[in-house]
Amino acid sequence: MTAQTVKFYQVGSRAVGNRLLDENLRTEQANAERSNAINSGHRACQGCGEALGARYVVDAAMRATKGKLVAVNATGCLEVFSTPYPESSWQLPWLHSVFANAPAVASGVAAALKARGLSDVRVLAQGGDGGTVDIGMACLSGMFERNDDVLYVCYDNEAYMNTGVQRSGATPAYARTATTEAVGPTPGAPIGQGKDMARIAMAHEIPYVATATVAELHDLEAKVERAMTMRGARYLHVLVPCPLGWGSASGDTIKLARLAQRSGLFPVYEAEHGEVTSALPIRQQVPVEEYLRPQRRYAHLFKDPVRTDLLERIQGIADRNIARYGLLEGEL
Amino acid sequence: MDKHVRPFAITLDVKSSLANHTGTWRTERPVYVDRRPPCNAGCPAGEDIQAWLYAAEDGGYETAWRRLVAENPFPAVMGRVCYHPCETACNRAQLDTAVGINSVERFLGDEAIKQGWQLPSPAADTGKRVLVVGAGPSGLSAAYHLRRRGHEVEIREAGAQPGGMMRYGIPTFRLPRDVLDVEIARLLALGITLKLDTRVTDLAAAMEEFDAVFLAVGAQLSHRAYIPAGQSARILDALELLGQVEGGDRPRLGRRVIVYGGGNTAMDVARTARRLGADEAIVVYRRTRTQMPANDIEVEEALEEGIRMRWLSTIKHFDGGRLKLERMELDADGKPQPTGEFDEIEGDAVVLALGQDVDLSLVEGVTGVQVADGVVQVGTDMMTGHPGVFAGGDMVPAERSVTVGIGHGKAAARNIDAWLNRVTVLPEPEMPPAEFDQLNPWYYSDAPRTVRPKLEAARRVSDFGEVVTGLDTETALFEARRCLSCGNCFECDNCFGVCPDNAVIKIDGAHGYAVDYDYCKGCGICVEECPCGAIEMVPEVT
Repeated sequence: MTAQTVKFYQVGSRAVGNRLLDENLRTEQANAERSNAINSGHRACQGCGEALGARYVVDAAMRATKGKLVAVNATGCLEVFSTPYPESSWQLPWLHSVFANAPAVASGVAAALKARGLSDVRVLAQGGDGGTVDIGMACLSGMFERNDDVLYVCYDNEAYMNTGVQRSGATPAYARTATTEAVGPTPGAPIGQGKDMARIAMAHEIPYVATATVAELHDLEAKVERAMTMRGARYLHVLVPCPLGWGSASGDTIKLARLAQRSGLFPVYEAEHGEVTSALPIRQQVPVEEYLRPQRRYAHLFKDPVRTDLLERIQGIADRNIARYGLLEGEL
Repeated sequence: MDKHVRPFAITLDVKSSLANHTGTWRTERPVYVDRRPPCNAGCPAGEDIQAWLYAAEDGGYETAWRRLVAENPFPAVMGRVCYHPCETACNRAQLDTAVGINSVERFLGDEAIKQGWQLPSPAADTGKRVLVVGAGPSGLSAAYHLRRRGHEVEIREAGAQPGGMMRYGIPTFRLPRDVLDVEIARLLALGITLKLDTRVTDLAAAMEEFDAVFLAVGAQLSHRAYIPAGQSARILDALELLGQVEGGDRPRLGRRVIVYGGGNTAMDVARTARRLGADEAIVVYRRTRTQMPANDIEVEEALEEGIRMRWLSTIKHFDGGRLKLERMELDADGKPQPTGEFDEIEGDAVVLALGQDVDLSLVEGVTGVQVADGVVQVGTDMMTGHPGVFAGGDMVPAERSVTVGIGHGKAAARNIDAWLNRVTVLPEPEMPPAEFDQLNPWYYSDAPRTVRPKLEAARRVSDFGEVVTGLDTETALFEARRCLSCGNCFECDNCFGVCPDNAVIKIDGAHGYAVDYDYCKGCGICVEECPCGAIEMVPEVT
């Protein structure tokens, strides 16, 4: 109780900033001088989680590298909405080549910097879930396998949103997309398929793998900082809700990311050299239904008759994550 | 124009996305608002509680105290005797437990006494003279707020000491007199004249001397009830007993004291009886606890001290150390009805605490002053039917408590000032309420409330020392930081951080943020993620 008395700061370290906290304990996003890696005027939809996630990550990486950072972008929403020729929102050196090869281009940039002796300039590659888990996976696996000095960040909005919401290898079970319609006995995306990219990255036993969401900013920034203290291949997988593809209210983007973590459907953890080293415990657990219901891509589960059988299977996925990563251990 | 050479196959210069004003997409816009927190709405003295807690949260205790005394000059008294309706209204109760506002108020009040902080200086003299009749909470509060506005104020008090019911109605174990004395002296030091032992009998004559009058004589006459009693029966009156104790007497009441009535005074007198040496104090009340006018806090503290309660009972006869009680039952309207069944209990003395009446002799014959149900009628401006004569506190229709009285004093001062200047007081603009479902409580740290330590019950009945003690600096800070700041920005930077379009701007050197409507797309994330509900979406007008 006495220890708590001294440490209590109203919103603690949950909010973006906090006037009661020491400045260096606040997030980079609370800093009026943050680099604002993606400037205003970009064409992302209202409430875009990816625009938010990318700014969070790149701003934190800019702070960690004192501004010496190069970004390589795969094709996808992030590239399209930020850089319609000849405009750009990016406030750092930024390259785009093609859909599949962002990890390979990043490897090349890292090699070039090394050849020029610019070891203090760091490389960050980024893409959406389509560019990462499907189209760019071969290049990414190669980048991991060679242990190239790149932090690769996947902003996962769980489908090909830019081209009209087609299923990707990261689309979750029973979600409706343009290519997995809500028809038949098991509507939406099939269960038991798809790729868990963070675990695939772990299987490469690279120095650092972590997952995060746009709802836990302190956690996200700490992971970027941690990744930037290391050399070699590093992978960060960030859940970024998409109001367009998920059929959610534009104001609910962060709320949904929070519910994904609180339900256990999106486990937030970090791993080094293939071993999980920590997991963010679930605070105030919720049933998966609370996360699914506000999203129209799951609306067919709640129409008459409510598909409790399918909801149970989704809850089973959450329960498995909770058991696998110990998400209820150390819960407050 | 372009002198520089472009790379191969590039025909246009690089441009910034800032050229693209995405604000045109918007159908709704976020707007910063100040909502009225429930604590403020619930405070009878009109304190801006959220604002002074905000200052206390970063240890700015003097700023906090100054914001507090802008509305109420008695923080240390309030922190002891207020029944804190603010805490009953507090939104945090829906999260864990209400913020201990009252204990922080007391901490600030005590800190001010310790540090010798002085009340703000009065404005320049206006040349107007106001008479305040009665130096109770209402009169003193009115005098304070009138003096601050630069008026000359004279208080005439019939008693030998100022304070009214704060001194003669509230026992020392709830309000130590040194605390009361300091806060009154600090107030009078602003240049307020206090005449003690001066009963005003001729209002018309007094009116000649002054530009306006504020009446706050309280309700000092004990309500009487006829109890058939024998020769040896000892029946006392609650206010008389409390007055004797205040004067230093320690009357012997016997082993078993019966208190008749169910109000706060009944509780105070029962607790006083225990301290005067009675082994047992029993409160006899004709209805049940739910109907009891006494405040829950007082009832709780009385029960903790071993006071017993006889609900649904009236006293029919008292003689020779025995009381005959009749059992009552509640009818369909909740009114107690006699049952014809009787009990007998032992008792050495009966103290009557059946309510108090107003001495109306002062307003008798004053033209225009209306009296109904034994109290003086006033308008929303606190003025009686006689121009220039205002009234407040226990003598007007309202809940009777110190805090309500202080609120009346403040309201009256504002209206007297307007009346003296021949202007109309404009009603303050209604602020929308800050309700719990407008908050995003996820962000607040889990923290149960700090309970002020109470003297161990067995020890406290033996003397008149203060029962509830204060918070130390660390726990006061902890408690202040439990405030959710409902409906009022507390600069958590959430809106600034969560905007996908960088369209929230920190205002340099000022409180809060602004929205850059050139780029705000109106997604509403800032509204959803604001912990305290200080932003709302407003439709764009085309």
